[in-house]
Amino acid sequence: MSTEKSWGTQAFDWFEERLPIVSFIDHTVGSKYPAPKNLNYFWNFGVLAGFVMVVMILTGILLAMSYTPHVDYAFQSVERIMRDVNSGWLLRYMHANGASFFFIVVYIHIFRGLFYGSYKSPREVLWWLGVIIMILMMATAFMGYVLPWGQMSFWGATVITNLFSAIPVIGDYIVTLLWGGFSVDNPTLNRFFALHYLLPFVLVGVVVLHIWALHIPGSNNPLGINATAKDKIPFHPYYTAKDAFGLGVFLLAYFTVVFWFPNAMGHTDNYIPANPLSTPAHIVPEWYFLPFYAILRSIDDKLTGVILMFGSLLILFVIPWLDTSRVRSATFRPIFKVLFWVFLADCVMLTWCGAQLAEGLPLLLSRIGTFWYFFHFLVLMPVVGWIETPRPLPTSISTPVVAKPAE
Amino acid sequence: MRIVLFAAFATLLIGFAPVEVKAADGNVELTHQEWSFDGVFGRFDRQQLQRGFQVYREVCSSCHGLDYIAFRNLEAIGYSEDQTKVLASEYIIEECCDDQGDIFDRPAIPADYMPNPYPNDQFARASNNGALPPDLSLMSKARHGGPDYVYSLINGYEEPSAEVEAEMMDGMYYNVAFEGNQIAMAQQLFDDLLEYSDGTPATAEQMATDVAAFLHWAAEPKLEIRKQTGVRVLLFTFVFTVLAYFLKRRIWADIEH
Repeated sequence: MSTEKSWGTQAFDWFEERLPIVSFIDHTVGSKYPAPKNLNYFWNFGVLAGFVMVVMILTGILLAMSYTPHVDYAFQSVERIMRDVNSGWLLRYMHANGASFFFIVVYIHIFRGLFYGSYKSPREVLWWLGVIIMILMMATAFMGYVLPWGQMSFWGATVITNLFSAIPVIGDYIVTLLWGGFSVDNPTLNRFFALHYLLPFVLVGVVVLHIWALHIPGSNNPLGINATAKDKIPFHPYYTAKDAFGLGVFLLAYFTVVFWFPNAMGHTDNYIPANPLSTPAHIVPEWYFLPFYAILRSIDDKLTGVILMFGSLLILFVIPWLDTSRVRSATFRPIFKVLFWVFLADCVMLTWCGAQLAEGLPLLLSRIGTFWYFFHFLVLMPVVGWIETPRPLPTSISTPVVAKPAE
Repeated sequence: MRIVLFAAFATLLIGFAPVEVKAADGNVELTHQEWSFDGVFGRFDRQQLQRGFQVYREVCSSCHGLDYIAFRNLEAIGYSEDQTKVLASEYIIEECCDDQGDIFDRPAIPADYMPNPYPNDQFARASNNGALPPDLSLMSKARHGGPDYVYSLINGYEEPSAEVEAEMMDGMYYNVAFEGNQIAMAQQLFDDLLEYSDGTPATAEQMATDVAAFLHWAAEPKLEIRKQTGVRVLLFTFVFTVLAYFLKRRIWADIEH
């Protein structure tokens, strides 16, 4: 009697033998994934990014059912979604603000990686995949912003696609290919819609690889030292519970914006239908592109600006080797820690600069900010790694935890 | 340390939040008003929206379209179904086509959208000294300041100083709320220009406030359901978050950390 399994367990085992998907999930984000026990709340943002991605895909699919990718109807179809489609306003506001929150969450996730040295050996490939995810997100977000076919959609698309014309020899050819013609027009909108629908699923694929690559070495932790088995706890229930609370806090912020400030992060000009004959006084991208836009405009030469802008993203691929320190966590690196905050401030400053007209003080600050951005990675990171004396590392995760005086 | 990190990241987020593009010239003066639809529980004042609609219909609509509003939508500002039928029937729609292939005129029905005063943009420009009166459906979301902007603009006509007047272009009017301060639209609202059906004194200011509120409804007709849904969603999320917090603490109670 005691060895006999219940009917349910038998059915479950039968299925598991044939497709072990439940144990696969359990090994991925469940009780069979051991995670360091000292992860702080900054480690919530990976799960949050995954959550926002799902929200974006679900709302996006529903929006696509009522959207018309044609220059004569796109703006109108978005207004129809806002006015006549059941809960269409909610879908659109969740999607539009979801993009902003996706970037907020992912930027925090990236800065967490920069602070705690999560890009260092043995997590270089994990980091690469993260950078690819960010670039895919940017391409997707850019094309999504074009779809409502408002003034900022049209002129943003014009400015950004024109950047490719700076590439020698093949530049103009690439631009014509992007446009599907000789200006931003209906073919551009059509292909952007197709790609905006496609890229998120490519993104999902890369996210799967990202999580796979995470599970090879396991999660980094705030101390940056390798966690031994006794310092690890199962992801479920410990981190599922912690992530549930983090998700609640995130949702409070997200819903506050969606329901009370749905247009605060957008640009008013995008409620004016696209007009190729009328250029807005001041073309600005969405806030999450502003630091890169500031870098682009910091140099008078177009090609150099484009190289710097794309370089500011691509440089992230090589920082595992630019950082010469073997200590991961900035907690134990007195000089690097200060430089991290300076770098963060630099990015905030570039964001501000990107929203201003490229003249006078904002232009000067963009130049200083751009210089510092590259100086940080190309010079400070390697040099500080050599000259800095890190504070002594704890021998294990439990050591400092137990030694910490009671609060 | 953790608190410092959180504070720093919070600052980062706040740093991002108020990124707002300053108008090229800083010469725009907006008057801020208290709107019934402001705030967490904001609601439209239906009487005010109906007055605003009256102002739109009797004044603005001679030059400005309201393309995204159908007569049926007016039920949302407190008109009955029968009233929207009557309101619609006062407009004539050109319909294509009858059995002979001819365009014919018919009275509008609630399903029809507000007819545009002009058949096309060229006609509109030709009738307005070269200027194109913009559609007003989304005006309240398409300008910084929203309803405050609309109110300030309609009420923003002043006598320019002699030197400013000398620089004004022909056929332009001085307006403190308009970017560049020169607007092609002349002042439209004057005291007692119309008689409100609800007996409210029709001062220029009252009409400007009412039509700004009406245009905000036209731009954001789901505002009320949005805020009402938001309150319920946020309450639910708050309870969820509190429960999740205590659950997390309980689960983590046996872990030294």
